[in-house]
Amino acid sequence: MSVFRTTIPEHADDEPLIQLVAPDGTRTPHEELDAAVAHLTGEDLRRYYRDMVMIRAADLEATSLQRQGQLGLWASALGQEAAQIGAGHAARTQDYLVPTYREHGIAWARGIEPWRLLDVWRGIAHGSYDPYELRTHPYMLVLGAQVPQAVGYAMGLQRDGLVGTGDLESDTAVLTLFGDGSSSEGEVSEGFTFAASFQAPTVFFTQNNQWAISVPATVQSRVPLAQRSRGWGIPSVRIDGNDVLAVYGAVRLALDAAREGEGPSYIEAVTYRMAAHTTSDDPTRYRARAEEEEWAAKDPIDRLRRYLEAQDEVDEEFVRRCEEEGHDLAMALHHEIHAMADPDPIEIFSHVYADPHPLVEAERAEFERYRSQFEDAGDQAASESAEEGRR
Amino acid sequence: MSTVKLPIAKAITAGLRDAMRADEKVMLMGEDIGLLGGVFRVTDGLHAEFGGDRVVDTPLGEAGIVGTGIGLCYRGYRPVVEIQFDGFVFPAFNQITTQLAKMHYRTRGQVRVPMVIRIPYGGGIGAVEHHSESPEALFAHTAGLRIVTPSNAQDGYWMTREAIESDDPVIVFEPKKQYWIKGDVDTDVRPATGMHSAKIVRPGSDATLLAWGPSVSVAREAAEAATEDGLDLEVIDARSISPFDVPTVVESVKRTGRLVIVHEAPVFGAIGGEVAARVSEQCFFHLEAPVLRVGGYHTPYPPARMEEAYLPDLDRVLDAVDRSLAY
Repeated sequence: MSVFRTTIPEHADDEPLIQLVAPDGTRTPHEELDAAVAHLTGEDLRRYYRDMVMIRAADLEATSLQRQGQLGLWASALGQEAAQIGAGHAARTQDYLVPTYREHGIAWARGIEPWRLLDVWRGIAHGSYDPYELRTHPYMLVLGAQVPQAVGYAMGLQRDGLVGTGDLESDTAVLTLFGDGSSSEGEVSEGFTFAASFQAPTVFFTQNNQWAISVPATVQSRVPLAQRSRGWGIPSVRIDGNDVLAVYGAVRLALDAAREGEGPSYIEAVTYRMAAHTTSDDPTRYRARAEEEEWAAKDPIDRLRRYLEAQDEVDEEFVRRCEEEGHDLAMALHHEIHAMADPDPIEIFSHVYADPHPLVEAERAEFERYRSQFEDAGDQAASESAEEGRR
Repeated sequence: MSTVKLPIAKAITAGLRDAMRADEKVMLMGEDIGLLGGVFRVTDGLHAEFGGDRVVDTPLGEAGIVGTGIGLCYRGYRPVVEIQFDGFVFPAFNQITTQLAKMHYRTRGQVRVPMVIRIPYGGGIGAVEHHSESPEALFAHTAGLRIVTPSNAQDGYWMTREAIESDDPVIVFEPKKQYWIKGDVDTDVRPATGMHSAKIVRPGSDATLLAWGPSVSVAREAAEAATEDGLDLEVIDARSISPFDVPTVVESVKRTGRLVIVHEAPVFGAIGGEVAARVSEQCFFHLEAPVLRVGGYHTPYPPARMEEAYLPDLDRVLDAVDRSLAY
């Protein structure tokens, strides 16, 4: 018997997994989460279904566009639609969302069309949508770095008197999203520390998609991720991330508690990255086909359809219409990306600083001088060629 | 009477206090800065005046301090964060270089991060390791950051004010060895030259000594000592590391024909080399000698009993001046 105490479980599943809708579409009651989703109507759920179909269609099209050379890279969120659409809709309009780079469903739920995400992947810009207008922070490629920033934003909300007033229409919270890989980053831990110390209204939401590129979550953590935050005194829950109802309910509860001044909480949404990490990755090298098939049977879109069919909330016509709209969205994406012009390289020098900076100004001028030589040369060649034509 | 005599540390305190009084969005964050007033007491008294929400004692975590500060900027706050010692900034290096420096750029100007990072830096206080470093070049290499370093009380006050007012992130490297050196501070009249201008602190004609932060006083002492040999050395306080006021240095070198750069950071890969390259480009036909640099060696900062040999002092500066004049 050791003086040291630990609670490392033998199996990850020793930590309960909350699920409201099973893969076959049957509904499991859960008192607390049921209350959090009770206000959702059939129309709401049909919307979430459509959203998941739409974002998957856009995702597949983006992968295809990368294969066609239109995108430098794409990080697919296939399989994670329920985690993202559920979390995105659970947030209230005023909440600030701080994602990583795979949160296309979050963006969709916030009203950001998929093509507005593509400038990053196409290499046109590092981001373009207005984070304040859409209450959604730009995508983050340095894993975990956004987490303390999300906590800082939440500390700002506290100072602005937007927490715990009892007015759900104005009280605000922050939802920050990151993957199981990011959760190993030190900055996530520091984010936990600051959020716990200041009881900042932050909800940490991990989509545990099982793989950090080729490294499985089991190598990342000896305990289920949901247990990690408890060492900071941050309450947590492990939910089925492929169950849009469970995700919605848990995120809604956590955000409402945060905005009411009850401090941070942590959600592990257990899901699966059905595609590769990015289009540069080859998952056949490190994971088994059987595992992918096992997760395909837990698909979030099929699951919600089965549930809604059992409730008589959808019919074949609705399902078919969603598919068509998904196809139309994919086509729109295709056209939008082909219409995207490369920026003028002079934009390299734009927005480096808020106020003028003499070195940037000097280098911009030098770039223009250098470039003008070729423009002059080009003009001269054109006029010589015209001269030639006249002869 | 607006001019008072203050040590640099207290001039910075006054700058922080006046900035906080002028703008309620200005807040301070860092380890031990509240009730203790900071390990160097630079924030002394501010917790009592402004309270714990504006003078925040944070948990010990530099990435967390800078990271949450960035998040507060998103809400319109202007956090001034303290990194307790130079060598402890590196846990926050990621937040500073990949986040703070680039957020304005990557959002095409939609997001501003008007944060100030105060870092007591430099050696000569007999400290243990990681407490005496001069990492300015590591940050100057990253576009998006502004970097200044006061060498006197007046700059301690006004650079603090100007850094806080800047809409860009600013790192203020404070010469900790000289925190208690007093000087005149006029808190009413803003200096005509902004925080990014170099300043000729001693005019001269035989050679130019360029220094910043704690090395300015060394350069001045060397210039005074050189008068005994009949030498008239010009001394420039660079004041700003990024942007660097190269034109002021170039004008000086065109007059004197010689440049010796003095800083505490290790010479290899440091800012002195950058300035030397630019001066060579722009003063090629005016230079009577190669640009020489005096600074730290390519070693980790040594244990305190050896730092006297490591740091550029009056004799090493004069030795470089002699070598320059020998050409």
